[in-house]
Amino acid sequence: MAAEISNDSPSDEILQGSEPGASRNSMLLATDSYDDLASYLSDTNLSSDRDRLSSGSISEITHPTETESFDPKSVISEEVGPEVVENEINEQLENSLDVSASPVDEPAALATSDSDTVTERIGLDTPTSQLSELSTDHSQPEACTGNNSDEQEEEVEYVHSQEWRQHRKHVFILSQSGKPIYSRHGDEDRLVTLMGVMQALVSVIGDGQDLLRCITAGSHKMVFLIRENLVLVAAARSIESMPQLLLQLTYVYNQVLSVLTLSQLSRIFKQRRNYDLRRLLTGAEKFFDNLLNTMDRDPCFFLGAVRCLPLESSMRDTIAQSIAQNAKVKDLVFAILIADNQLITLVRMKKYFLHPLDLHLIFNLVSASESFKAAESWTPICLPKFDSGGYLHAHISYMDEECRSCLLLLTVDRDVFFTLSECKEKIRERLVKYKCLAAIAESVDQNGYKTSQVGIPELRHFLYKSRSAAQFSCPEYEAPYHTADQRDRLFGLYQFLHHRIHSSSRPLKILFHVGSHETLLGWVTSGFELYAVFGPLVTKSAAINSVNKLLKWIKKEEDRFFILNSPTF
Amino acid sequence: MSVHEVKLCLLGDSGVGKSSIVHRFVYDSFRPAMTSTIGAAFLTKTVIVDGTTYKYQIWDTAGQEKYRALAPMYYRGAAAAIIVYDITQESSFRATKSWITELQKHASPNIVLAIAGNKLDLDDLRDVQYSTALSYADKQGTVFVETSAKSAANIPALFMEISEATHQN
Repeated sequence: MAAEISNDSPSDEILQGSEPGASRNSMLLATDSYDDLASYLSDTNLSSDRDRLSSGSISEITHPTETESFDPKSVISEEVGPEVVENEINEQLENSLDVSASPVDEPAALATSDSDTVTERIGLDTPTSQLSELSTDHSQPEACTGNNSDEQEEEVEYVHSQEWRQHRKHVFILSQSGKPIYSRHGDEDRLVTLMGVMQALVSVIGDGQDLLRCITAGSHKMVFLIRENLVLVAAARSIESMPQLLLQLTYVYNQVLSVLTLSQLSRIFKQRRNYDLRRLLTGAEKFFDNLLNTMDRDPCFFLGAVRCLPLESSMRDTIAQSIAQNAKVKDLVFAILIADNQLITLVRMKKYFLHPLDLHLIFNLVSASESFKAAESWTPICLPKFDSGGYLHAHISYMDEECRSCLLLLTVDRDVFFTLSECKEKIRERLVKYKCLAAIAESVDQNGYKTSQVGIPELRHFLYKSRSAAQFSCPEYEAPYHTADQRDRLFGLYQFLHHRIHSSSRPLKILFHVGSHETLLGWVTSGFELYAVFGPLVTKSAAINSVNKLLKWIKKEEDRFFILNSPTF
Repeated sequence: MSVHEVKLCLLGDSGVGKSSIVHRFVYDSFRPAMTSTIGAAFLTKTVIVDGTTYKYQIWDTAGQEKYRALAPMYYRGAAAAIIVYDITQESSFRATKSWITELQKHASPNIVLAIAGNKLDLDDLRDVQYSTALSYADKQGTVFVETSAKSAANIPALFMEISEATHQN
């Protein structure tokens, strides 16, 4: 049973600007990740990547531009019967045809006929028949594949193996010419044909000036993100929505840029269309793996927000001051202190802001690399939202023996390692002297706060995001969500709630959903987003009373949970 | 008592054991599951030999191709460079040769070059003959040792030989 209220707000709605965690002066860019997605979905011009991505510039800083509004009409969704696509793809594999190299007779027929009207919904039968034509067209594999058939037979076996198929979510990266670059599960070298099929699907639709975005096959969704040089594909058997999967692919794409920069990527493929990008991405697989695993359990990605380590605000100010005063180095753009995938403080150069998405990539860099624990490091990193065209240089070091808190100093000057190394030593001395490291260690060990501290017995868990601060807070995962399975299920509920509320066809302000195991309440205003989970027997009015009480509690604690000021050098 | 600063960097293919060599030298320990270096790591070590203090400042660079363009940043100011290859991998020895060529062209003319054939503990799987590497190193006038970060074989010797050579410069 689900009851929805779309215009009826709870009694005492909080005025914007006074909601918990409201920040007039955020150090993070408060654009929603979904806004960017919207601009992607409404944009078919692939060459404007650079303009859309960058909020700043390494040589010259500009203020972020407004993102375009969401245009739901531009989404093409293709729903194909469950077995059809799977069978077709399998059939193609069995025929072991080299699709990427084969001419396709009726390229435009699969998609809508007219290039400008992408709104038309494609009928069920059209893609099916065309797909079968696609495979019958090339029913003589020997003719086009030559002596590759042994390898491809092996690949077919591999793709059909129970072990490979049972993974809940596959993610692939391939080049525009269909060369495998990365596969989340299994060896991408053995997926050449499969990726060829993906490339063929993309190019067939692309020939009609359309973009392939999603194929639904039963419980499987196949979502495509097509960028200037790369194609990213997610094939998932989950309740995640198409925009949520697309957002995840966007993160993966940005992770590629973070390693290579967009300029380098474009240059490489301009010189050689069939370049094997794996050469340059050696060693970066762990970043993709870690990012994808984290996205399956951390709500920060779909919320487009950052979680802060709870600390007394006076302590946080001391930390920020220690950093700001001891890192007065020309061209130092950001100084970031993090612990346990949470932000402790961020000191920035006055005109520069950091996008939460870039910060998530920084978290990913740190959590995926053991090597920073061994010695202070100096590495180039591209923050695609900041400037996708170039590298910042990061001085990375842990502040304590236990490797809890990690300091990153990001600069545009590649020759200041030793200056920054001195800064880091001074900062560390201050943090020790003022007992900041001890406070951080205590907070990390405490593992956040408990839902019971709120004092609402029927409340089980919640996510609260301050939109202006681009930060969110949530309590520890306790029973019944203490096991991995239950935690995954809760995560799925949040994704479901988030998707329903942000649904492009019918966005909601409030959603009250009664499930068999719990009751969910989602509430979104211009100032905040709140997703709360209650026991199954809670009534709507009780839930609304509870969230009002919850908001008051968060307001009382906001200094601890959120960074409300924005220190600069 | 005299103090000598030795600035050096390690170069070479990914996975040949540069970080393991540095780790063995600085901490005298070995981690079997070393993860690949991101960018470059900076370490220091002070050694006193016969009343002379050597202060090593070591840049341990990442071997992956994407970082290749950054190498000049590390070898330009260096007094010595150790090019590491894996004795069980012929391709890593070939990479050594291109490093030597690059350094001879672009590094400081006084730079002390050393070639280290690492993973001596895997002698059974050897792919690069000692004599081949030695004759190449002799021809190029570089220091040459075969090392094992795992067993610690020749690691202190490698660094001592380098510091003596830089001392003479």
